[in-house]
Amino acid sequence: MTALMSAPTRRRPGRAPQTGQAGHRHRLAVSRALLWPALATSIVLTQIPFLLTIYYSLQSWNMLRPGDRGFTGLDNYVSVLRDGSFLSSLGATVAVTGTAVVVSTLLGMLFAVLLDRKFVGRGLARTLMITPFLVMPAAAALVWKWSILDASTGMANWGLGLLGLPPVAWNTELPMVTIILVLTWQYTPFVMLILLAGLQAQDKDVLEAAAVDGAGALRTFGEITLPHLRQYVEIAVLLASIMLLQVFDPIAIMTRGTGGTKTLSYLLYERAFVGLEVGEAAAYGVMTVLVTIVVASVALRTLFKVFSKEGIDR
Amino acid sequence: MTTSRLRGALITAATWVLVLMFFFPVAWMVFTAFKPEHQAATMPPTFTPDFTLDRFDAVFARDMLPYLINSFSASLGSTLLVLALAIPAAYALSIRPVTNVRDALFFFISTRFMPVAASIIPVYLLLQSVGGLDNITWLTILYVGVNLPIAVWMMRSFLAEVPREVIEAAQLDGARLGTEIFRVVLPIVLPGVAAAGLICFIFAWNEFFLANLLTAQVARPTPPFLTSFVDGRGQFLAVLSAAATVAIVPVVLAGWIAQKQLVRGLAMGAIK
Repeated sequence: MTALMSAPTRRRPGRAPQTGQAGHRHRLAVSRALLWPALATSIVLTQIPFLLTIYYSLQSWNMLRPGDRGFTGLDNYVSVLRDGSFLSSLGATVAVTGTAVVVSTLLGMLFAVLLDRKFVGRGLARTLMITPFLVMPAAAALVWKWSILDASTGMANWGLGLLGLPPVAWNTELPMVTIILVLTWQYTPFVMLILLAGLQAQDKDVLEAAAVDGAGALRTFGEITLPHLRQYVEIAVLLASIMLLQVFDPIAIMTRGTGGTKTLSYLLYERAFVGLEVGEAAAYGVMTVLVTIVVASVALRTLFKVFSKEGIDR
Repeated sequence: MTTSRLRGALITAATWVLVLMFFFPVAWMVFTAFKPEHQAATMPPTFTPDFTLDRFDAVFARDMLPYLINSFSASLGSTLLVLALAIPAAYALSIRPVTNVRDALFFFISTRFMPVAASIIPVYLLLQSVGGLDNITWLTILYVGVNLPIAVWMMRSFLAEVPREVIEAAQLDGARLGTEIFRVVLPIVLPGVAAAGLICFIFAWNEFFLANLLTAQVARPTPPFLTSFVDGRGQFLAVLSAAATVAIVPVVLAGWIAQKQLVRGLAMGAIK
């Protein structure tokens, strides 16, 4: 197929439209024209607001006192850093995101391996398993809060009762656990989907050869499958981290930021739209972006290290 | 042989137990939606309720339809706009020579790195000053900003798979750019377009933060509307479950039907 398709190029080289300096320049112009609409839309919708956020963050501006608006330099950042809520929110964000990402990745890996096997009803099992990722997070948060984790009528406590364990007031006593539980439930299928695709892209001959050579399942997994999955794990962790760092819905719906679950997104929302502190909230916004960049790159670095320590390198 | 078969059966059973545990909250929600309200929040739970469709009637009596229509128009509208912008851009990034391809790609994904929180204050204030709050068109446009980078990345990976020779042959036959994209390239990457579109639709349909903050009544989509079913008097679990069931059905069904494309879309968009 390849040879057939490229044959005309060799026979009629002079007629190729993209030869020569002028042709190249023309093609470049066309490419730019194709790229620009998307690039411009993205810049207008995300970068310009962010620049404005930086601008607002340098101002003293409370919506309740519109007359007092003025430039204050870095004052907002000073008060953000002095205020204990930034550091505790940063801690909450890292704890929630980190735990949910790690647990989702481990569980996602387990499910990917289990669902990659041939077994009765595999298609149905996969379908059921991806469902939490498709469920609207607001619906999930509401159902988890009231139907599953409610202290007196929730199914979780009924299950604990069957095992002879005392009931737990999940939402109020263990808000962190509650949030992480729901996030892990939603993101495990997401990680699983990516890792499952990785497993399916694996060369079956190599696995058979390993089996013939007498390598056990665990050794085959550790020495052949895991290195092959590396790229998939990295991207799953990165994407999940980015999405989880911005988590808002379950916190707004389940805990309202109580019990150490006030993540940076929720804190900013509170300052801006409940406290009406535009300047200070903008400073939180800028700090949140910085934290996101740092956390995402640290997450990736750590991952690279873990993998290269095991002697797995591309 | 028998031990390995027994082990296989045990692993299969364990797999099913775990899968059903994960699926249980969804199943329980749907099950609760068919209960009369007084049987929804009893302890021990009722496993043999008097099945009724009354809760669904109650949901639509609370006028859920406009919220679903808002969700649908914002999700579909933004998805179509995203694809219209992303396909040419991804084409330029994968097939046509663009200087600084990496920079452009990194720029797109970096806008996704940035929490919505970073731009929400100016967006809110700007919309407020032009009277654009509670407006479905503006919400749709903002969803374009959220989903565009994902679509560009996914589409680029699919387009990179198209054999160069096919495109070169079309160019030699004198195909114009439009013909080249719509007649030659797009049909080959149609599953990829579907996957990217589906993922954008899912994200837009499920989005809560912008929807909650930027709409009030007229343009309110489903996710923030759901929270209004919780009331202080306690008798709301069945009707909430029914509303949540209605809210998740479109996306869950679409995701189930298109799961092959979904996997391909997520994995390829991520890797290539």
